[in-house]
Amino acid sequence: MAASERLENVNPTIHRRLAEREPTVDEENDDIVDKIDAREIFDLIRHISDPEHPYSLEDLNVVSHSQVEVNDDENWVKIMFTPTIPHCSMATLIGLSIRVKLLRSLPPRFKVDVKITPGSHASEEAVNKQLADKERVAAAMENNHLLEVVNQCLAVS
Amino acid sequence: MLYWYLPPHMHKARGIMNVLGKLENIASLSGHLDRVWHVSWSPSGKLLTSCSGDKTIRMWGTQWNGGQGAQGIDWTCKAVLQDGHSRTVRRVSWSPCGRLLASVSFDGTTCIWSQKNAEFECITTLEGHENEVKSVCWSPSGSLLATCSRDKSVWIWEVDHEEDDYQCVGVLSVHTQDVKNVCWHPYKEILASCSYDSTIKMFHEEDDDWFCVHTLAGHESTVWGISFDKTGTRLASCSDDKTVKIWQGCHPDCQDGDSFRSTAWKCVCTLSGYHTRTIYDIDWCKQSGLLATCSGDDTIHVFQEDDVESSHQPTFNLMVCVKSAHSEDINSVRWNPDGSGLLASCGDDGIIKVWKYGQC
Repeated sequence: MAASERLENVNPTIHRRLAEREPTVDEENDDIVDKIDAREIFDLIRHISDPEHPYSLEDLNVVSHSQVEVNDDENWVKIMFTPTIPHCSMATLIGLSIRVKLLRSLPPRFKVDVKITPGSHASEEAVNKQLADKERVAAAMENNHLLEVVNQCLAVS
Repeated sequence: MLYWYLPPHMHKARGIMNVLGKLENIASLSGHLDRVWHVSWSPSGKLLTSCSGDKTIRMWGTQWNGGQGAQGIDWTCKAVLQDGHSRTVRRVSWSPCGRLLASVSFDGTTCIWSQKNAEFECITTLEGHENEVKSVCWSPSGSLLATCSRDKSVWIWEVDHEEDDYQCVGVLSVHTQDVKNVCWHPYKEILASCSYDSTIKMFHEEDDDWFCVHTLAGHESTVWGISFDKTGTRLASCSDDKTVKIWQGCHPDCQDGDSFRSTAWKCVCTLSGYHTRTIYDIDWCKQSGLLATCSGDDTIHVFQEDDVESSHQPTFNLMVCVKSAHSEDINSVRWNPDGSGLLASCGDDGIIKVWKYGQC
């Protein structure tokens, strides 16, 4: 984002990152089918960049391991994310980046719900509704400018 | 493959078991390179049209391969309509005469396609909406066309078939959000629209001007689909709130404009507890009276009205529920207008399916 001279949250708190995950014995055994778990989903989204700061969503505590729910058998994933400030205008963009990352990474059988942590944003309901509307998400992803911004957030630095 | 299902609470509620329905999958059509948003039968019911995120429209039909029964029928892609739109084609609608096809796209335009020597050609492009056009529908006479958009407006176009000329005669900006769908009354010039603002609105022409005459409020989230019954006195709607609502309006014997305006539309029935995610589309069969719904939970449900109850408080029975009807969200369901009980569906999996409804 070019508007670095006008940051919304001038001094965000930086949180400690989770240690790298150690593969379990079962996971190294090819005869056992591994179900997708919350930690794997978290590892997919923790490195997404914040649109205005040179930090990851994990660094800013926007996403956390405990706010990821998954049920591999029933094919659903639920993510809660917490904007750094209650009036964050980037909330929809952050949610969209999480959504796009999971749409690109997970098998298509998964239903993905991305929502704001209850009580953490002034326009929580409106942002949640927008993120849940797949027609509007599809139209957004055909907008080249928006797609470029999302891809920048998803690019591994 | 046969599927039937009645939830346990319905066995308890009903003394006598109804005859259940079944949906048999008779064809699965692939060819689109992205999700399929919508399916539409031609007025004769002989052609099925689909449109997709791959920016194309496909036309499907049958041919006899010499075999017997359903095995003797092959479904094939008869035509691919491309180069009309530069982005996702969201919906298509056949003119009542079956000669023209209208398609709308996220590119903000509406294309009118005409059949010439077995090929479809884009003859006109209608512009005006500020952004994505979400739906299109021809009026029963074929003289009007309605479109709606994320720009919150519904446009009504008058068609001069001799000159292939389309004139905008009404811009209706009464919804406060993205308008998802438009649907004409089965035989009158009354238009219904539904929106992200959770309401349904109805429009009527008075003294050469189009007005919103009714607002139907009750859904708790985006209304995705609307469909009139064959008499036009009832409307079914489906929503992101996971319910179907049946709305009742004016009586069939008071069909003039004044009484249409004065008769309120009331929700007389809510079907809830069937779908577990957003219901994206609904179609009320004009022949059989069956209601079909499809959802982000990958299921198709078919409901039938209980004919013992009074028409003021109708009840509907679930006749069939097909689980995993598609492997991803199902975006559209449409009954064949020829009354044969064929149902078409399409989904995010890029597949179009044709089903045959029957009784067990």
